[in-house]
Amino acid sequence: MAAVIPDQSHDHPHGPSGLMRWITTTNHKDIGTMYLIFSFIMFLAGGVMALAIRAELFQPGLQVVAPEFFNQLTSLHGLVMVFGAIMPAFVGFANWQIPLMIGASDMAFARMNNWSFWLLPPAAILLIGSFFVPGGATGAGWTLYPPLSIQMGMGMDMAIFAIHIMGVSSIMGAINIVVTILNMRAPGMTMMKLPLFCWTWLITAYLLIAVMPVLAGAVTMLLTDRHFGTSFFNAAGGGDPVLYQHVFWFFGHPEVYILILPAFGIISQIIPTFARKPLFGYASMVYATASIAVLSFIVWAHHMFTTGMPVTGQLFFMYATMLIAVPTGVKVFNWVATMWRGSMSFESPMLWATGFIFVFTMGGFTGLICAIAPIDIQIHDTYYVVAHFHYVMVAGSLFALFGGAYYWLPKWTGRMPDERIGKLHFWCSMVSFNITFFPLHFLGLAGMPRRVPDYALQFADFNAIATVGAFGFGLSQLIFLWVIVKAARGEGQPAAARAWENADGLEWTVPSPAPHHTFEEAPVVR
Amino acid sequence: MNPSLDKYFVPEPSKYPIFGSIALLLFGAGAVMWLNEVGPGPIVFFLGIAVLIYMLFGWFGQVVRESEGGKYGKRVDASFRWSMGWFIFSEVMFFAAFFGALFYIRVLSVPWLASGDNEALLWQGFTGNWPTAGPTAAETFTPMGAWGIPALNTLILLTSGATLTWAHHGLIKGRRDQLRNGLLMTILLGLTFLGFQIYEYFHAYADLNLRLTTGIYGSTFFMLTGFHGLHVTIGAIMLTVMFFRVQAGHFRPDHHFAFEATAWYWHFVDVVWLILFVVVYWL
Ligand code: HEM
Ligand SMILES: [Cu+2]
Repeated sequence: MAAVIPDQSHDHPHGPSGLMRWITTTNHKDIGTMYLIFSFIMFLAGGVMALAIRAELFQPGLQVVAPEFFNQLTSLHGLVMVFGAIMPAFVGFANWQIPLMIGASDMAFARMNNWSFWLLPPAAILLIGSFFVPGGATGAGWTLYPPLSIQMGMGMDMAIFAIHIMGVSSIMGAINIVVTILNMRAPGMTMMKLPLFCWTWLITAYLLIAVMPVLAGAVTMLLTDRHFGTSFFNAAGGGDPVLYQHVFWFFGHPEVYILILPAFGIISQIIPTFARKPLFGYASMVYATASIAVLSFIVWAHHMFTTGMPVTGQLFFMYATMLIAVPTGVKVFNWVATMWRGSMSFESPMLWATGFIFVFTMGGFTGLICAIAPIDIQIHDTYYVVAHFHYVMVAGSLFALFGGAYYWLPKWTGRMPDERIGKLHFWCSMVSFNITFFPLHFLGLAGMPRRVPDYALQFADFNAIATVGAFGFGLSQLIFLWVIVKAARGEGQPAAARAWENADGLEWTVPSPAPHHTFEEAPVVR
Repeated sequence: MNPSLDKYFVPEPSKYPIFGSIALLLFGAGAVMWLNEVGPGPIVFFLGIAVLIYMLFGWFGQVVRESEGGKYGKRVDASFRWSMGWFIFSEVMFFAAFFGALFYIRVLSVPWLASGDNEALLWQGFTGNWPTAGPTAAETFTPMGAWGIPALNTLILLTSGATLTWAHHGLIKGRRDQLRNGLLMTILLGLTFLGFQIYEYFHAYADLNLRLTTGIYGSTFFMLTGFHGLHVTIGAIMLTVMFFRVQAGHFRPDHHFAFEATAWYWHFVDVVWLILFVVVYWL
């Protein structure tokens, strides 16, 4: 992409310094950095909970934690990972990259951007703090189904308010991103020249604005059922607990696309760079993303095949869900076609991207299997579902985040990631991830229920393997920390403006590390 | 457009967001404590609200000063337009969750409760006729009729939409009196609506035996009308702010998006009421 790049000499943060700089900042790069650090801390916190869960499941019987605490761990692990780690991490990428990629001076609403971030720590305080109140955290699972969620103690209320606050943050962040992309593009940056990462985020932001309020509605009804005597989810009063599931999954299924679409965007940036070919089927990628988003609104009840829905309902949601595999397949096809006859090299970002395609596709296939109602009635609420969504969320969203972090690290820190350590991180993660989660398929097919701290003896071997893998995976992430700290401290090979040989896009026209202010004069894209 | 002529306004670092975050933390923590009767819940809760009000005044005050100070170019104006539109869309989806719940209850789950095994084994004799307070309801209640106050309120809100448009025309044509009077009328109509709504709630509790706890009918009725009333209140506050800004001489015929945003919001609240009137009160 050819562009006229104005001089970028003006470079220093102004305003308060020290901690106050970070608290008051309106700079998209500062805010992006805070999002990324926050999400990594949450990732470690959620990871510790996961390891406690796996430690308990290492052997049959109850050894490490009490059963009710086990439930609290699984619930908060899910909530923290989804709302605290993956979502904020993608918003961090959006903050850093979108203005750089579209040639904007900052986000459209820089002050509100700050608030979107600074709402997250209060939400995290409420969520994690709920472990320490009487009765402990919520144990109703990350889905917070009633009637259990009606019965829990005050930890449940803290989770509800945390979700409200995170929802406010997400909606403001999403509006900011939509407006930035629609209104702040440099002259000549037409919509169909927009880098795919921006396209996927545009559609993700639309999904966020559409469904976060629905989640707010769902948990508000929980709150009033808990404390104000309403009967939304109480059959004796004419309500229906299944109603909660409908409202929740109307949010929940688009939510899983909120977690994966930006990942698709990152992969679509990385693969052309290292295949040294333009992305195959750019327009079809855009349309596939959009149709995934539209379809995601009409498939929610595939999470509810066992609730006694009418058969017509089951059939409708089954076929609608299977339809989603079509645009998803288009994407995978395009990535592979981009690599086809490319002159590929496998630096760390590309390793993650290719790894992503392998493992994420497996998660997509197991999703398809879950989508088949008669099969899902067997495997629902078993470890098969746990395997499915970890293949899409860890091997999908998280691997793409790692790939993106290695890819743009030179732009953020001015240093190339250490290839040797980066590759070590990839291979350790890839191997231990599969050791952890592949056996869960077998456990699920054999009937092991999820969210239970104890299990029958025949499940022992695979559980032991999974636990060993999980600790390996957890330790592998310290390697990532090592790479980041090294680059952030200015160690390693300095990065050129165009850090990767064939990298394309406006972000590679500004120096590495990107100066505090970029594109104060818009570049002209031809 | 020459980009260098229209540099996008990026605000200086600001202390207001962190106040907003502290406010919501206090608000949430206070509410939790209050609901569970531990610690000084109400104090923390109202402290949160106080900080929130301080933050809103400060932040919006700064935005108003920046706007009147001519810092916002055409591009910023377009950003505000987009964002208000998307914000209203998020509000639409919030109401959609509650309307969806009402439809699900009325069309599917209550009839299911009153038929087949549910009726035969669990709730014998439950007919499932709407309105219902559920199969275990001990007392009877009278549902809220549509053609008294609610119909009047419909008329009031529709009129207020018209007076607001009239005020907007005054603003565009530079007739400040028309603008002021139109706004004032809109605010008064909004307050009348709210007064009627409050009266209706008292009437429901005192005479109709209709409460928030009256099964699913009470739940959906009070949640939908209550959240709508909350939005009317917010809209009325926004209109009042607009009124004082008009008194202070703000807004020009070609530069008054705050006013338009308020009008969009008010019309949105209006439309929600129409749906509410049909599906909650009437049908
Ligand atoms: C081809 C695409 C996909 C299909 C057909 C699909 C299908 C399904 C189905 C049918 C279930 C319900 C299984 C059950 O509970 O019995 C499910 C669960 C789940 N899926 Fe997917 N899925 C797909 C992609 C994804 C993606 C991309 C993500 C996230 C990044 C995701 C995250 C989840 C999660 C979190 C759950 C479990 C929720 C819970 O019960 O806690 N899925 N999926
Ligand atoms: Cu789903």
